[in-house]
Amino acid sequence: MENKVIKRTASPIDRIDATGFSSRELNARIRELAHNGTERVELYNVYGQRYIGTDLDRPIEVKIFGTPGNDLGIFMDSPRITVYGNAQDGCGNTMNDGEIVVHGHAGDIAGLSARGGKIFIRDDVGYRTGIHMKEYGDKKPALVIGGTSQDFLGEYMAGGILILLGLNLQKEEAHRTNFIGTGMHGGVIYLRGSINDFQLGKEVGTAEPEEKDWQILRKFISEFADHFGYNAEEILEHKFIKLFPLWLRPYGRLYAY
Amino acid sequence: MKVKSYLPPKFIVERNPDRCIQCQVCVNQCSFDVHYYDAEDDEVRSHEENCVGCHRCVVFCPTNALTIRKNPLDYRENYNWRPEVIEDITKQAETGGVLLTGMGNDKGYRIYWDHLVINASQVTNPSIDPLREPMELITYLGRKPDRLELDHNSLSLKTELAPQVKIEVPVMFSAMSYGAVSLNVQKSLARAATEAGTLWNTGEGGLHHSLYEYADNTIVQVASGRFGVHSRYLNAARIIEIKIGQGAKPGIGGHLPGEKVSADVAATRTIPQGTDALSPAPQHDIYSIEDLAQLIHALKEATNYTKPVAVKIAAVHNSAAIAIGMVRAGADIIVLDGFRGATGAAPKVIRDNVGIPIELALASVDSRLRQEGIRSQASIVISGGIRSSGDVVKAIALGADAIYIGTAALVALGCTLCQQCHTGKCAWGICTTNPFLTKRINPDIGTRRLTNLLRSWSLEIKDILGGMGINAVESLRGNRLHLRGIGLTKTELEILGVKMAGN
Ligand code: SF4
Ligand code: SF4
Repeated sequence: MENKVIKRTASPIDRIDATGFSSRELNARIRELAHNGTERVELYNVYGQRYIGTDLDRPIEVKIFGTPGNDLGIFMDSPRITVYGNAQDGCGNTMNDGEIVVHGHAGDIAGLSARGGKIFIRDDVGYRTGIHMKEYGDKKPALVIGGTSQDFLGEYMAGGILILLGLNLQKEEAHRTNFIGTGMHGGVIYLRGSINDFQLGKEVGTAEPEEKDWQILRKFISEFADHFGYNAEEILEHKFIKLFPLWLRPYGRLYAY
Repeated sequence: MKVKSYLPPKFIVERNPDRCIQCQVCVNQCSFDVHYYDAEDDEVRSHEENCVGCHRCVVFCPTNALTIRKNPLDYRENYNWRPEVIEDITKQAETGGVLLTGMGNDKGYRIYWDHLVINASQVTNPSIDPLREPMELITYLGRKPDRLELDHNSLSLKTELAPQVKIEVPVMFSAMSYGAVSLNVQKSLARAATEAGTLWNTGEGGLHHSLYEYADNTIVQVASGRFGVHSRYLNAARIIEIKIGQGAKPGIGGHLPGEKVSADVAATRTIPQGTDALSPAPQHDIYSIEDLAQLIHALKEATNYTKPVAVKIAAVHNSAAIAIGMVRAGADIIVLDGFRGATGAAPKVIRDNVGIPIELALASVDSRLRQEGIRSQASIVISGGIRSSGDVVKAIALGADAIYIGTAALVALGCTLCQQCHTGKCAWGICTTNPFLTKRINPDIGTRRLTNLLRSWSLEIKDILGGMGINAVESLRGNRLHLRGIGLTKTELEILGVKMAGN
């Protein structure tokens, strides 16, 4: 398998043909390159290898051509990953810092318990996206989704920014996501495209975005547009609604003391 | 409208007027507002209805003027409708809420440790005097290989060993999170573990920056809340423990109330101050054994395969089958927490009715893993109500590699099992983040009390081993012939895998 690392001394890019690699082998290879000081790695023929990007604590650029497996960038701490393909479940799981850009769809629980960093998904996402994202002080994760999502978006959210753009919805077509923000007790969700009240969790309130919200939206939507070749202004022209937690302590009244 | 509560006081506070010097120590010590000073009469009085029976005032009263007695509550005798039942319903009628409580299941279920007795050598096998002969308590936690291969020329080991963690005594401190207990408590645990050569466990609240210096003796937990989980945390640890469940509240999550989420707790957990810290019931990336395998390997990958990964479950009906799945999923250590395991807060109905005794779970898990031929692939650690070195020895003979203690460690720090941990008002300064109360635990003294406890137990374990003619705890592990049962049914004996005493 030695010959599968094609290292070109002249080029700053290290390329790995992942064909036939197990998750462990592929990650070991990337770790080794990172250890040797690489700045950019390109992975070809990725077929479901898991955990890519974990245990790398430098802002290395990783480009993935193919389909990375579950838990892409789990516990990740600063690399920038771009996927030319779809991500599976657990993309950005418990991520601490860095960036994941997916030119395609992502499966369930993208951004689960993320504590920092940014995730951009061009198309749709599965269930429980952004569940239990957190924040403290200036550590604040952001997750931007170009398409729409399955149920329980932003469930249990304790912090962070979640933006759902619905760019692939037809005119007048509503998001089909139910139970948005169930158990949410921190952070903020911005929705573009229409939504019915019954689709929202009991713990969220709605509001029109204010100027400080637009600042956030402009910042992240510009980045989103840059990644995927959209026009940020056009996206921003549309109506947005802001969802916020009604209570910091959603279950405070559940107990007898 | 303030409605009169129908709840009678649980305790009677007796202040001996001949002894009381009106010093008000009790007023300051009580965090439940029982004692108060009546300036008009220049007298210290009590609101007995607030008393939880923690005995803080009794210990600190300089003149021994205080006696706390149980209020007899002599309702008309009724075995079904006991005072506790009546009070629970009253509380529910007055609040409409779920009854919360702290510590472990306090109900009268059979304690199997008390029905197991230990063997000793007589005539046919000499006993050993641990005071004069070496006696080994060292235990290695982690996956063991099925066989070892040696290089015959160099006599070095050819088999690649999975990471092993050495502990000097087979007793560790179980998971108690920062937020549930105070930083001073964690500091005491961490320092005592370091001094005694064993491990303490962060629980799921992250690792406070001031405790990283004890990382070599630290087990870090990854639970459904994923609080404070990041690569530095994972890489600092000796062992990473995935918490699926807890004996005090199998199957449900946890809500650390916002009042306990101080700035420091919030920073350690990465959540905004004052919000409830919610731990969802399941981990939403684990819905199956395959998913568990995925998280185990994610953690191994995140730490480059340098640390054992433990998986902790509450002891429930199918523990043995689940344990097989856990081992096959790659867990290097499996942790079983019995239904007497304590908690900072749990719904009372769950604590008192869900889960099974640790003795039965341990015996059946150990037996099943042996039957499957995979017992050596994982260490077994148990917890949940272990009270003494005798319990520890019995647990090891039933098949445990090591034992976690939680409640016993807190008792060493002063806890009197008043079961008020969920209120955040712990008068002993243990289960609270209120700075006025947390300073009641001095980490220097706490460390000493805990190391003393571990020392006592170690000496006692050595004594028991010596009596059996065994000089290493390794030789006792799973050696159930050293146990006999008393007062147990045939089925109970079968599950425990022990013979009836006299047999
Ligand atoms: S601490 Fe003892 S002596 Fe002091 S006021 Fe209370 S009961 Fe009296
Ligand atoms: S930790 Fe404190 S509140 Fe909890 S049982 Fe012990 S003394 Fe009571």
